[in-house]
Amino acid sequence: MYAIIGLAIGIGLGILLQPSLPPQLQPYLPIAIVAALDAVFGGFRAYLDAVFDDKVFVVSFISNVLIAALIVWVGDLIGVGSQLSTAVVVVLGIRIFTNVAHIRRKLFHA
Amino acid sequence: MPEPTPAPAPDNAWARIRKDLLKPSRSQLIVAVVLLLFGFAITLQLSGGRDQRYTNLRQDELVAMLDDVQAEARRLEGEITQLEVTRQRLQSGAESSAEAREQALRRLDALELLGGTAPAQGPGIRVTITDRAGKMTPEILLNTVEELRDAGAEVMEVNDAVRLVTDSWFATVDGQLQADGVRLGSTIVIEAIGDPETLSEATRFRGGLVSTIEGERVGGTARVVEVEDLVIDSVVDPETPRFARPG
Repeated sequence: MYAIIGLAIGIGLGILLQPSLPPQLQPYLPIAIVAALDAVFGGFRAYLDAVFDDKVFVVSFISNVLIAALIVWVGDLIGVGSQLSTAVVVVLGIRIFTNVAHIRRKLFHA
Repeated sequence: MPEPTPAPAPDNAWARIRKDLLKPSRSQLIVAVVLLLFGFAITLQLSGGRDQRYTNLRQDELVAMLDDVQAEARRLEGEITQLEVTRQRLQSGAESSAEAREQALRRLDALELLGGTAPAQGPGIRVTITDRAGKMTPEILLNTVEELRDAGAEVMEVNDAVRLVTDSWFATVDGQLQADGVRLGSTIVIEAIGDPETLSEATRFRGGLVSTIEGERVGGTARVVEVEDLVIDSVVDPETPRFARPG
């Protein structure tokens, strides 16, 4: 319950404050969001598997986000930023699909 | 897909979700904080993406776009130059055709006065000839008109009725003086537009109009009046030439 409330508050804050991100960080945010999405689905899967652990979730969330941003940043430095961000999105997308498929099996047996 | 841990019973899963929704445990607080950050980040991206179309583009893409824009600007500048040249050409064309039109109108005015197809006004003289004895001849009248023309008369009229133009004529018909088929009677008024002093001088010189008429041959009187603003209303209908064509 708290989780859903937290998500709602976060979205509400974002809409209310209309914050603007510093332009240096702008290219990394989409990748970070995809990484966070992966962490969230992974966490939900772990919860359904009854192996959920706060610490693991928080650490995986933060490290996912940071590593994704780092990969894109390095890619930008060496001139393959767009390709690397595509790669990150593909990999994370596959993981998200896997997690969601697992969740679906757990919940609907299908 | 291999499952890393033995799955709990399915009913168990829904039951746990329901239980956790109704009575959240404290560990959910941390998840809530993390999801709050997540939601915040999503709205950040969505709201930022609206007004910053180019921030996510990379350098080479931006360079390509800049090139495109510059090429477009050059093309449009060329178009502007071309259109300005066209505009200048059209303007000068319009001016010259307006000039030609004005000149044509001036020529038309002059020719209308010369041909007697338009009324005229201006300074001039009025010559009143009284011929009680009836001894006026067409030759004297013709001489008078020629003298006035020599003196620069531009428009002439006889008896307020006959405009004198190139094909005007004087004659005696049945003992009566006529001009262009109009009887003149014993009092003949000739009005002429031109420089009044020159015109009146032209009638007074020795052997001229006045002396001829007041001499013994005719025995009439001739009065010359200079008029500031003479109005000549009579006009002639131009005849279409049968043989002559504009060359």
